Amino acid sequence: MWEYTEKVKEHYKNPKNVGTIENPDAVGEVGSMACGDALKIYLKIDKNGIITDAKFQTFGCGSAVASASALTEMIIGKSVKEAENLTNQDIADFLGGLPEQKMHCSVMGKEALEAALSSFKGEPTEKKIKGRIVCGCFGVTEDKIREVVKHNTLNTVEEITNYTKAGGGCGKCKGDLQKILSEEVAKRSNGKKEKPLTKTQQILKVNSILENYVAAELRKDGGDIELVDIEDNKIYVNLQGSCKNCPSSNLTLKNFVENVLREHISEDVEVIEA
Amino acid sequence: MSEKIVYLDNNATTKTCQEAIDNMIPFFAEQYGNPSSMHDFGGEVAQYLKKARKQVAELIGAADPNEVIFTSCGTESSNMAIRGLTDPHKKHIITTKVEHPCVLNVTKHLEKNHGYEVTYLGVNAEGELDLEEFKDSIRDDTALIAIMWANNETGVIFPVEKMAEIAKEKNPKVLFFVDAVQAAGKIPVDVKNTKIDMLGISGHKIHAPKGVGAIYIRKGTLITPFMLGGHQERGKRGGTENVSGIVALGEAAEQALNYLDDEATRVKAMRDKLEKGILSKLFNARVNGSRLHRVPNTTNISFEYIEGELILLHLSDLGICASSGSACTSGNLEPSHVLRAMGVPFTAVHGSIRFSLSRYTSNEEIDYVLKQLPDVIHKLNAISPFQKELKELKEIKESAKALKCALGDKRCCEQ
Ligand code: FES
Repeated sequence: MWEYTEKVKEHYKNPKNVGTIENPDAVGEVGSMACGDALKIYLKIDKNGIITDAKFQTFGCGSAVASASALTEMIIGKSVKEAENLTNQDIADFLGGLPEQKMHCSVMGKEALEAALSSFKGEPTEKKIKGRIVCGCFGVTEDKIREVVKHNTLNTVEEITNYTKAGGGCGKCKGDLQKILSEEVAKRSNGKKEKPLTKTQQILKVNSILENYVAAELRKDGGDIELVDIEDNKIYVNLQGSCKNCPSSNLTLKNFVENVLREHISEDVEVIEA
Repeated sequence: MSEKIVYLDNNATTKTCQEAIDNMIPFFAEQYGNPSSMHDFGGEVAQYLKKARKQVAELIGAADPNEVIFTSCGTESSNMAIRGLTDPHKKHIITTKVEHPCVLNVTKHLEKNHGYEVTYLGVNAEGELDLEEFKDSIRDDTALIAIMWANNETGVIFPVEKMAEIAKEKNPKVLFFVDAVQAAGKIPVDVKNTKIDMLGISGHKIHAPKGVGAIYIRKGTLITPFMLGGHQERGKRGGTENVSGIVALGEAAEQALNYLDDEATRVKAMRDKLEKGILSKLFNARVNGSRLHRVPNTTNISFEYIEGELILLHLSDLGICASSGSACTSGNLEPSHVLRAMGVPFTAVHGSIRFSLSRYTSNEEIDYVLKQLPDVIHKLNAISPFQKELKELKEIKESAKALKCALGDKRCCEQ
């Protein structure tokens, strides 16, 4: 038995906004019978871009119905812009949380909303289906997996399954899921390391690395190095002394300085001679 | 949750019968001795184990009570039979696609880690096996055939007695194991008059408590013990006996034998009433599995275009307990492997509900379900995004009914 919150129970017992809208301004449809859940939402949007009504029909479990019901409640009265910013976590939060294995229900809600809003804006709705299908059992694309991993800060393959169902069938795709996950996690942690540093901190950090690991080596040959500027991942340096016109200076920079900085800061650091 | 509980999930587990409870109580605080001990206080307890062994032997028709080995559950019984294989040169196993996980996961393990080759027999739309295909699959190096007597999800009965005959005729050395967890206590089982070598049962499916089971091992059958330890169970299963559980299982087995007729008549009548009632009231209901070869307490009904977990949650609010083959109710995301093997379409698999009755089910309870269920289904039909499909289905069902009526089939007119 799943542990559903009172709010979830309330919404699947007496779902709000069930049904269809005549002449809707937007319709979003996701999921399929084969996968075990499907959701269709209908929106009425006025000329100011405000969602004045929302209705849904769903084929799915208790938490799918609750997620859809919650979604419609959340977006009625909101502008299209505001609705666009709604995340699957917002839906789960509105319900006081969902069991981990049922998070895919909130993702389905978010996707149906996205589909509806892009149909409203006249964008091709097939966009969702494009991209390499990673999980054949549930038809989940690489794009979707990356997006969900990023937005929900997922850390395990099991979580990916909970949020997207990918990997929950034959399990064949788990290797691919792990690869995608590792890439996304790496991106995330790179972002983390650099972002919080202010420019001054960055300069201090790079300077100390240069001083400790680079300068001493160069000085042995009568040369030296000086930090000029830092711009995102580009580090501008000045080479002094006997290094200056040394034909191998470029090589020195690329191979040695860059390697050191990459090791200590991040793989994508680029060293440029100012 | 509602005050009143209508328990129609007896294939999952059953209420422990009062006779079993009464009989097991003394073995906790009064007669708590170890039956293996060399003092009378413990030794006397062995008498009760002996009695229980006889009671279980009678339920399954074992010629000798010593052919009954007590285990901790049905799963252990299956593990013991399959993992106990001894001949290193015979590495082929035959089973079916619709077995319980306690068989399927063991055969998959042997396949993956121990070089076994496993034939998984498929079933037809009714959930039945093809005996010709079965016969053809038996080889000289087939070590074991593991077939369930009755399916836990659909209740469909496999002709295991006949299959054992076929098997032994083609390969006299092959071992034949039957998972009888869902058959014992529901239909007559008389193992001595069959060619079955081993047969597993579970206590809590026949009104004994959870945590006790048994396996029948025909005299002369060679099996490596699975649980190693002391000399309990004649060395076939180590570990101090679960005395209270075993005593309760014995008592429950005796009761089950007494109630077999009741099961075949009264319980069956209630099941049929429930099934017919649902089919006549709800156009998107369909029965899964053969209605001809089925244990008397089970019906598996799909409600097309709506989802099983949602049905269960609504029923649960009314105090009605059942179960579903929907993906959403299990830990994994795939729907019932049994219904998929039968080729039940996705429109119906996800909305399958199993009702399983017992001798404790009453007619009033069936009436209550028949009264409440249609409202739940109507409400959920209205939520479904497949309105067009539902409408078409309704039209098809209605015209079929009208046709039958026109042809003079009276059944169509009775509601
Ligand atoms: S391909 Fe992803 S679970 Fe089968």
